Amino acid sequence: MLRYLGGRIGQSLLLLLGVSVIGFALMHLAPGGPLAVYTLNPTVTAQDIARVKHEFGLDQPVHVQYVKWAFGLLTGNWGYSFFGGRPVGGIVLERLPATLELMGSSLALALIIGIASGIVAAVRRNTVIDYATTTLAMLALSLPTFWFGLLGIYVFAQTLGWLPAGGMASTGGGGVPDRLRHLLLPMLVLGFVLVAQWSRYTRSAMLEILSQDYIRTAEAKGLRPMRVLLGHGLRAALVPLVTLAGLQLPLLVGGALVTETVFSWPGMGLLFVNALGTRDYPVLMAILMVGALVVVVGNLLADIAVAVIDPRIRLTHV
Amino acid sequence: MTALLEVRDLRVAFGAAAAVDGVSFTVAPGETLGLVGESGCGKSTTALALMRLLHGAVTGGSAHFDGRDLLALDRPAMRGVRGAEIAMIFQDPGTALHPLIRVGEQVTEAIRAHQAVSAAVARARALDLFRQVGIATPELRLRAYPHQLSGGMCQRVMIAAAIACSPRLLLADEPTTALDVTVQAQILELLQTISRATGMAVILITHDLGVVAGMADRVAVMYAGRIVEMAPTAALFAAPAHPYTRGLLGAVPRLDQGWDDELPIIPGSVATAIAASGCRFAPRCPRADRSCRATPPLAPVAEGHLAACWHSG
Repeated sequence: MLRYLGGRIGQSLLLLLGVSVIGFALMHLAPGGPLAVYTLNPTVTAQDIARVKHEFGLDQPVHVQYVKWAFGLLTGNWGYSFFGGRPVGGIVLERLPATLELMGSSLALALIIGIASGIVAAVRRNTVIDYATTTLAMLALSLPTFWFGLLGIYVFAQTLGWLPAGGMASTGGGGVPDRLRHLLLPMLVLGFVLVAQWSRYTRSAMLEILSQDYIRTAEAKGLRPMRVLLGHGLRAALVPLVTLAGLQLPLLVGGALVTETVFSWPGMGLLFVNALGTRDYPVLMAILMVGALVVVVGNLLADIAVAVIDPRIRLTHV
Repeated sequence: MTALLEVRDLRVAFGAAAAVDGVSFTVAPGETLGLVGESGCGKSTTALALMRLLHGAVTGGSAHFDGRDLLALDRPAMRGVRGAEIAMIFQDPGTALHPLIRVGEQVTEAIRAHQAVSAAVARARALDLFRQVGIATPELRLRAYPHQLSGGMCQRVMIAAAIACSPRLLLADEPTTALDVTVQAQILELLQTISRATGMAVILITHDLGVVAGMADRVAVMYAGRIVEMAPTAALFAAPAHPYTRGLLGAVPRLDQGWDDELPIIPGSVATAIAASGCRFAPRCPRADRSCRATPPLAPVAEGHLAACWHSG
């Protein structure tokens, strides 16, 4: 088990290194740059631009910039924003709780509704309930997140006026109910596609498991239907479902980016989109690395969880 | 002696296809009935129909167990019968046990499904059961997962779970088919010991005539969804009345046969039987004639010996 863990952590570190190299390279390969906006400004001279470039270290070769940045990252100095000059670590970390709140609540929603509806669809397969969940799930999977976001704002914020159109709280704060009202729509929009995935995945996993011999054994013992379904069926389905949770994290991170933009949710996603517009390299790289870390750690945890649930996995790796 | 189980005209159909077509038999308390036939003849379907574990099948007829018709019980009542009064073990213990649950828990949950006992009491009972079915170092084995045990050991766990609530009838569906030959004998011996000690009746489903010869008090031979012959084991082996039974017995390879002799077989396959009207074995039968176009009834040919053949008299 320890050797397995060590190997997986080593893999994760290599992966993070790869993400940082590719991310850094792509960012510097993209046309334009943080100073591109000033080239059209008649009051800024070429000398001014060259001077600022030198101050930011942007006149150095890309690999030198990368090594400096990476060394800074490891020693806790994440650099300073090109715009405003604040330390990047602070900027990113103050946005992290908002993003985690959105992602966490959406994931929780997806787990509860997705798994429950998937089980029901599997047990009542080829009935109206099954077809209805399938249709809803296909709808959610085939339309983009931002479209649902805009639809939600149009219906619930603009037309009905039930919920706020964006932001995390009303001006001047507001209590928990106010924050929940702000959370509801973004959470549903981000969660919708996740619910659909969980529902489909749970349905197919349960369909396969319910035809297994050991389910018949459980029934033959006279266990209650709920115990057969959850204690034996869902227990076996946990292995593929936990794996899915790990695989779904990139989608969650990407979805959070879109959802935060649509709802002006003050999280890392919105920060990323804004920083992308101004090519604020240090901020972009920091968010990229935090996002990658979330995905890599999430997958690592999923792998460990699978090994805990399924005793057969441990044997093959020890 | 009144029968423990009396099955009358049991019919099971999946859609338009009849898998079991009018099967009737009885099992006395403590008796071991062998249910024999080739693959697809409806043996397992019969057992699963008695347990009401066939989903999506249409069943007809009646199966009175201790005065109650199993096929007419409501779901909670049937759940109370399953595992407690009628238990079942399956062909492949490797897939019949849940791979992610410790085997001890798979036994204790069978106890706790029917009896309000604490976890500690159930565990102590499971330990006893493990000893009873001959599992060495039972304390350690309780915590094992199925993949850590051999096939024979897994089948012992299945048997322990099945007899946990002292059922009066055990349905054993090919319990030794997936096991090594040496282990097969041990498992059969174990079933026989338990049956004798507790008075538990057994329906032993197998395609292996050697298994029923050593185990069963009576044998019912099934062909294409019907019972074609039923007799006390010794009588069946001594004087098989139905051509199919004779074919089966003739097809058992013998040690004193020459290496180069062809193995006797029954020509054709059971698939031809589905379309046949009248005697279903007629398309493969050496003795078939015009009379076989009418369905032969299961009629007595000797004391306690029934056969469904116009030519067996």
